[in-house]
Parts: sequence; C-alpha cells; structure tokens
Amino acid sequence: MPANTKYELKMGAATREAFGKAVAELGKEDPRIVVCDADLSKSTMTTYFAKEFPERFFECGIAEANMVALGAGLAMTGKIPFVSSFSAFVMTKGFEQLRTTVAYPQVNLKVVGTHSGISIGEDGPSQMSIEDLSLACNLPGFTVLCPADEATMKAAIRWAAYLDGPVFLRAGRVKAPVIYPADYEFDFSKAVQLIEGTDVTLVGTGLLTAECIKASEELAAEGISARVIDVICIKPLDVETLAKAAKETGAMVVAEEHLVDTGLGSRVAQALASTTPAPMEFIGVENCYAESGTPDGLLDKYNLRAPAVAAAARRAIARKNG
Amino acid sequence: MQKTSNVQELAGIAKQIRRHIVEMTGAAKSGHPGGSLSAVEIVTVLYWDVMKHEPANPKMADRDRFILSKGHAAPVLYAAMAECGYTPVETLTTLRQLGSIYQGHPDVRFIPSLEASTGSLGQGLSLALGIGCGMKLDGATSRVYVMLGDGEIQEGQIWEAAMFGAFHKVDNVCAIVDYNKLQLDGFVKDIMELEPLADKWRAFGWHVIELDGHSIEAVQKAFAEAAAAKGKPTVLIANTVKGKGVSFMENNPKYHGVPPTKEEVELALKELA
Ligand SMILES: Cc1ncc(C[n+]2csc(CCOP(=O)(O)OP(=O)(O)O)c2C)c(N)n1
Ligand SMILES: [Mg+2]
Repeated sequence: MPANTKYELKMGAATREAFGKAVAELGKEDPRIVVCDADLSKSTMTTYFAKEFPERFFECGIAEANMVALGAGLAMTGKIPFVSSFSAFVMTKGFEQLRTTVAYPQVNLKVVGTHSGISIGEDGPSQMSIEDLSLACNLPGFTVLCPADEATMKAAIRWAAYLDGPVFLRAGRVKAPVIYPADYEFDFSKAVQLIEGTDVTLVGTGLLTAECIKASEELAAEGISARVIDVICIKPLDVETLAKAAKETGAMVVAEEHLVDTGLGSRVAQALASTTPAPMEFIGVENCYAESGTPDGLLDKYNLRAPAVAAAARRAIARKNG
Repeated sequence: MQKTSNVQELAGIAKQIRRHIVEMTGAAKSGHPGGSLSAVEIVTVLYWDVMKHEPANPKMADRDRFILSKGHAAPVLYAAMAECGYTPVETLTTLRQLGSIYQGHPDVRFIPSLEASTGSLGQGLSLALGIGCGMKLDGATSRVYVMLGDGEIQEGQIWEAAMFGAFHKVDNVCAIVDYNKLQLDGFVKDIMELEPLADKWRAFGWHVIELDGHSIEAVQKAFAEAAAAKGKPTVLIANTVKGKGVSFMENNPKYHGVPPTKEEVELALKELA
C-alpha cells in the first residue's frame, strides 16, 4: 500500500458475506463453478449461489466427510467446486478426506471455512474454529488464505478459483473493518506492507490485521515506529517480506485469531529462525477454548485487541534492546 | 485389448488375472491377495465387457470410470489395467517396491490413468457420486463404478454418501459391495455384522441387486440391470469368497494381508493352470 495511506477502518461486510457474493458472481461467468454445503448455506452465505444456480448447488446435509470427497469427485470432472461449512466442522470432520482424497492426489478443490476464530460470539467453543489454519497447513500442496476484509475475500475467491490446485480460505462471521480499497490489485504471493515502520513489525492476519493497524497508531503516539504487514496467504508464506522486516526492524509480533502455538506465528517463527532471527512475541488464543459472549467482549477478554498487540510490541522491542 | 462378452473368454481372462495376483503378492512378500481374488470376475467383466474405455486414450472424455474404493485390493486392478494395456505386464511383480508404479495402494501420481488414489477406506462412494453429479451437469451418458469392501461399509461416510446418492438421484453411479464376509481381523459377522445388508441399502433408497459375484453371467446381467435402473443409484451386493480360486486361501482370514510363500505361489499357480 502507498506509504501515506490512512486507515479509517470503517466497518465493512463480513468475509463470509464477501465469499457468498463473490462465488455467486463467479457462477454467472463460469458454468464450471459448483458449490456444496452441509446445511449451513444461510450462514456460510452460499445461499446466494444456491438461489441463482440451484442445479449447480449440492446440498449435502449434515455430512461433511461426504461433502469433501464428493467435491473432489466434482473436481475430477473438470468442475471448480467450492465446498463450504463452518470451519470447525469441515476442517475437522473432513480432514481425513482432505488429506487422502484431496491433498494427496492434488485435486482442484476449494474449501471455504466460515465462522473461524472466537469472534463468532454467542454460539461458543463447539462452533469456534481455532485450529483450522494449522490443519490446512498440514495438507501438502494446499494454498491457505486468510483474508482480512471484504475486498480481500472477493479477490481471493476469484484468484483461488483459477489457481490450479487445492485451496483453503478462512472466513469470519462478523463484519470486518475495511482495510483495502475495493479496486486494490492484490498479489496473493506477497504479504502486504500496510504501514512503514522501523522499530518493530506487527504481522497480522484476518481480523487481527486491523488490530495491528490500531496498535501501530497507539505505538506511534509513544514515538515507536511500527511496521504493519498483512499476511493474506498463510501458505506458501512470503518469507522474503517477513525476513526483510525482521532484518530492518529487529523485533516482530505476530497476531492471529487462532491457537497461538500452531498458526501463523509458528510458521513465521520457523521461517525467520532459518533466515533472520529476531525477538518475537505472539498474540493468539492461548491453549484454551473460549466461551460464549459478544464478539467484541470475547476479543477483549482473550487479548486479541490492539492494546495486547501494542504491549507485545513493547516486550519485543525491550528484548531487542536488552 | 479385445473387448468381449463371451463367458468362456472372460473366464480365461479372470484366470490370468488371478495368476498375476498370486505372483505379484508372492514377489512383493506383502499385500492383500484375498480381497483381490474375490473381486476378479467383477473387475474382469467391467473392463472387458461393460465399461466404455480406451487404454490408448485413458482420459477420453466420455469414458466410464472405475474406482477401487477398497484400495488394498490394488493387485486386481493393476493386473486388469496391465492386461488391458494401460501399464506394463512385465513389471507387475515389482509391486510395492521402491520406485515401482505399482504402489501398495492405487496412486494417481504413479499411474495417471487410474481414476483415484485410494487406500483410506470409506471415501470412494462419495468420490463416485461427485463424479456422477459432474457428469450429469455436462449431460454426459457415462457411468461410474465403485467397488467397496464389506468391511469398508462399516464406515459412517459410506452411509452419508448413500443418503446423498438416493436423495440426489445419482443414477449413473453403480456401487459394488464385494461381500466376501471377511475383513482384516476376521469374519464380518464377528466384528460388526452388516445384515440385513440388502434391506439397509433399500432403506437408504438404492436399487439393490444381490448376485453371485463369481458367476460371470450373473455379473453381466446385474450390470445391465443397473444401467437400466433410472431415478436411483444401484448397488450390487456381490456374494463372493475371499481368496477365490486358490483352495487354501478361500475363506481363510489369514490371506487378507498375508501373501503366499514361494511354495504356496507354485501350488496356487498349479490350481490356476
Ligand atoms: C479408514 C481405514 N481404516 C482401516 C484400514 C486398514 N484396513 C485395510 S483393509 C481392512 C479390512 C477391509 O475389509 P474389507 O472392506 O471387507 O475388504 P476385503 O475383504 O475386500 O479385503 C482394513 C481394516 C484402512 N485401510 N482404512
Ligand atoms: Mg471383506
């Protein structure tokens, strides 16, 4: 993004909504697009597609394992299938199918897991997906995307559709702050530097990218120059951009709405350990299942907010200087 | 390859496939002879009589497709595909060796003319139904055949798929249950009884055909009936004998995953002369 960009972070659509609209849009252009859902189309927003293209929409009932392998079969006839459910279900009940029937033979299936993270709110932990990025990254050959806002998701769906190979896209339930202009030209092979900075780098993904932007403003008020990077593509990871940031700022924070031990943070740490090690701090869900509550209340309680990111940045800087 | 509906000729091909299965698993010193031998007539009739396919043009758009969901029976599929001309016959005995295209379980990375990589039981029916749905969207008249083990259908996903197939009327899919009454740990009835099996499939909305899976005429007749059945998918419940054709392997749980010794290979080949 241009160096002088100002982020207003106005509320935009939820990324699941962006997914639903984008896939319906694509369906108009390309008859190969087909969609499968497991009795959650009103929540995953594949309902837009189902209404417009009932013959290309496959309601699978509450049977995620079948849905994943069925999607693989559709792909094997040259269709471009998007299978969708709550991430907590499709990635767990469908995991073995994703492993053996999709990843291993490299089937061209697109998986969209919605209601990721803890910000789904009131439904509570049984529906919260805090391990999906890790699971998806455990599938060799999968591309794993975690868009932060509406524009990103819209572009990511289109890009994923025409990428030759399996893709996992992570979507959220709640409205997401707008980071990118609607006409932004994404290059999904690159992590995006949103804000220039020299003292520390804040790496965010999904909803936490906006929190990193807010944290950088908080830190700026203290005279700390924080770089902000949005990682849209979790795998393959843009190690170059991250290594450059580690080298130039010397301190890193990674923030995600995912188990802190096994998500983006661990991937970045591994990449930097073998390139440009720097003190690192991690923001994520700490080895626990959350609870019911409002999305905002949960993000506050589980330390997935700008103040927690800023505090982590101060710790990382102290270690760099200490 | 020469397609044929002649029962004598098909019986001859079946015998040759049995010989390959014995030699391959004997040479590999591992693998699954029993469940390969029980499926021989069905696979033979599909490849030589029923299915529309061209070994010289393996990705032919309007081909019928076969998925061996019980992937551990790879030797029967490899032997059939080699005899059809998809892959070399000479190297069949490299089964399971490092670098062999004849991997322990079917692997599309090594044999691109395979329809699917299988080996994790329970998934092939879903895959077949997905292919069937895709073909219907294209207005294609091709058919999909998928072979399931009887032990395999203890998997819950099979019944998810069964519901889907009937509900969505995927009548271009034909499943075959190789009902050899044996699985890994022993007899199906002692591990997790499936009966009343035909009733279960009927209750799930499938057209059910029960048959002797070693009678070539019965297998031919069943596939013809399946192709004529409209509005619902068909399942063939093929009563078979695990280890069929080799006296000491027949109905013997040991030969699920134990290959014949050198002496046993010789004995078996004499029986299959
Ligand atoms: C999901 C899964 N669980 C377990 C196995 C291990 N396994 C391989 S073959 C087999 C028994 C299969 O029995 P059946 O389906 O009756 O096959 P057949 O008798 O035709 O050989 C088992 C348990 C597997 N391959 N996949
Ligand atoms: Mg069996």
